[in-house]
Amino acid sequence: MATLQITDLHVSVTTEQGERPILKGVTLTISSGETHAIMGPNGSGKSTLAYTIAGHPKYTVTSGAITFDGEDVLALSVDERARAGLFLAMQYPVEIPGVTVTNFLRTAKTSIAGEAPAIRGWSKEVKESMEALRMDPAFAQRNVNEGFSGGEKKRHEILQLELLKPTIAVLDETDSGLDVDALRIVADGVNRARENTGLGVMLITHYTRILNYIKPDFVHVFVDGRIAEQGGPELADRLEQEGYDRFLEPAKVE
Amino acid sequence: MASVAIEPAQHGLVAHSDGPVVPVQTRDERPTSFDPADFGVPTGLEVNWRFAPLGRLAPLFEALPADDRPDDPAVVFEIIAPDGVVASPLARGTAPRGEIFRPEDLPSALAWQLCDDALHLTVPADAELADRVRVRMHGNGAHRRSNAHIVIEAKENSRATVVLGHTGSAQFAENVEIIVRDGAHLTVIAVQDWEDDAIHASLHQARVDRDASLKHIVVSIGGGVVRVNPTVRLAGAGSQGELFGLSFADAGQHLENQVFLHHEGPHTTGDVLYKGALQGESARTVWIGDVLIGHEAVGTNTYEANRNLVLTPGARADSIPNLEIETGQILGAGHASATGRFDDEQVFYLTSRGITEVEARRLVVRGFLNEIVQKIDDEELRSRLEAVIEEELAGEGLSGEGAARS
Repeated sequence: MATLQITDLHVSVTTEQGERPILKGVTLTISSGETHAIMGPNGSGKSTLAYTIAGHPKYTVTSGAITFDGEDVLALSVDERARAGLFLAMQYPVEIPGVTVTNFLRTAKTSIAGEAPAIRGWSKEVKESMEALRMDPAFAQRNVNEGFSGGEKKRHEILQLELLKPTIAVLDETDSGLDVDALRIVADGVNRARENTGLGVMLITHYTRILNYIKPDFVHVFVDGRIAEQGGPELADRLEQEGYDRFLEPAKVE
Repeated sequence: MASVAIEPAQHGLVAHSDGPVVPVQTRDERPTSFDPADFGVPTGLEVNWRFAPLGRLAPLFEALPADDRPDDPAVVFEIIAPDGVVASPLARGTAPRGEIFRPEDLPSALAWQLCDDALHLTVPADAELADRVRVRMHGNGAHRRSNAHIVIEAKENSRATVVLGHTGSAQFAENVEIIVRDGAHLTVIAVQDWEDDAIHASLHQARVDRDASLKHIVVSIGGGVVRVNPTVRLAGAGSQGELFGLSFADAGQHLENQVFLHHEGPHTTGDVLYKGALQGESARTVWIGDVLIGHEAVGTNTYEANRNLVLTPGARADSIPNLEIETGQILGAGHASATGRFDDEQVFYLTSRGITEVEARRLVVRGFLNEIVQKIDDEELRSRLEAVIEEELAGEGLSGEGAARS
């Protein structure tokens, strides 16, 4: 069983005005097989946590630690983190002109596995995963994220999740911009990965809607760069009723 | 009662009282001449020399004959032609040399005057060549001058691909005259794969006749200063021109293309796309694209674009697309230019999937250039391009930066 451990994490973002602190002491542990929902209002630092785990150069860890099975994640480059078993499904994945989905997926799989996948088995696996995500086969020959609709981008992210088989996945607002049908398809994909590979999930979301399809074991409420409250699935229900207002008021007084 | 009709004076029809100088109005009004003296040595103020490194090109402004030595020409020509293709010498004044070619700058006028025996490649009428015609030019020394004029004549209803390759090093002034007669379909691929100290000025002029097509591809991947300027006239009704270019400039290289597509005949179709990657200190590309839709060119459909990818700081891409339209009855015309820096978000996305940074950069650059590569129907050249991209990206500049960042 693998564990991603985040301890008293402080992170700033580099802006034109200088360094701006975003995360102000986050402590969180996710083990394989567990699903943690990270909820909170916009600007509370949810995405910063996601990108810091993945290693985006825009974010600077000023103090604290992230370890994965005891290994110092912060000492690893972005690609090393991915090869160690971490995955980030992005909210706004970029276009890569001239690189087909097929080429991209094979290159990524080869990098993660350390060797090229057997052609026949791999093609079949890609085809089946695409079918399960209701993706048109023609998709494979399109360039990565180029001209994809919002929903197609999200499906493509989950396709990678299923094929690359990480240990821990961070899903950054994967539900945003999806209609109910697409949301269900994407959630089914995540649930398949949970069942098949014992995936640990950090599910970042603004809304409780996706939690109807992906059941969390734990819910953490993010406010102003900290975890303001945590609990079980019932906390999400309460947020559904009350919103984030009760967290925001005291945060401002502080 | 006598009446006198007075035509309203048209501005510009007569010379102004302050002198007879009328500025060049359209791209096809640029002066041409077979006499080098008519051009004078470029000063850098001329519209077609503004971005060129004149100091480095200076040897090609001198009226020097080829520095050929016994059994050791400055540039060796090797011609590989399938059966049916005729390769023969062509003196000045012998048709079809000069049927369409008009020097439009000093190096092209010099090459015209100083090359006694042009190379004439003839694809016979109705011939359909499965194999490519290859002209391999290899320069034997960076300080050795050579002047060339090549005439490629695709006769009626023929179909062929001609690959002009340039390797080694030289000071090379080169003219390429391309005649695509009625119904012929010709592909010309010019590959500049010189050593770093070569200088090369090349003017290609083509005329595409009725229902004929020309696919013209310029690939510049090596050389110190490489300037290849193709001018294509879509003269015949229904003719088509596809003008593609790919360049990869690294430190100290200047790669330039001035592309002119002239829609003369009715119902002609044009597509111009040049893509350039640049990396390293003082890597430089210059692209000036002109599309002119003439008075007679009704029903024209045309598009020109130039896209550049700047991989490292210190590199510079100049890009100027021009479009002139002299008739309103066209199907479509557009132009575009975009120069972007290497997108770190693309690298982040790819590396976050476990792909190493070096491999990620390779994917992005390959992806960028792929649009042109896949138009090149020549396996030999495509694999050479793959290797070049591979070499360039394995270079110190990029991997050093990558190591510092990770």
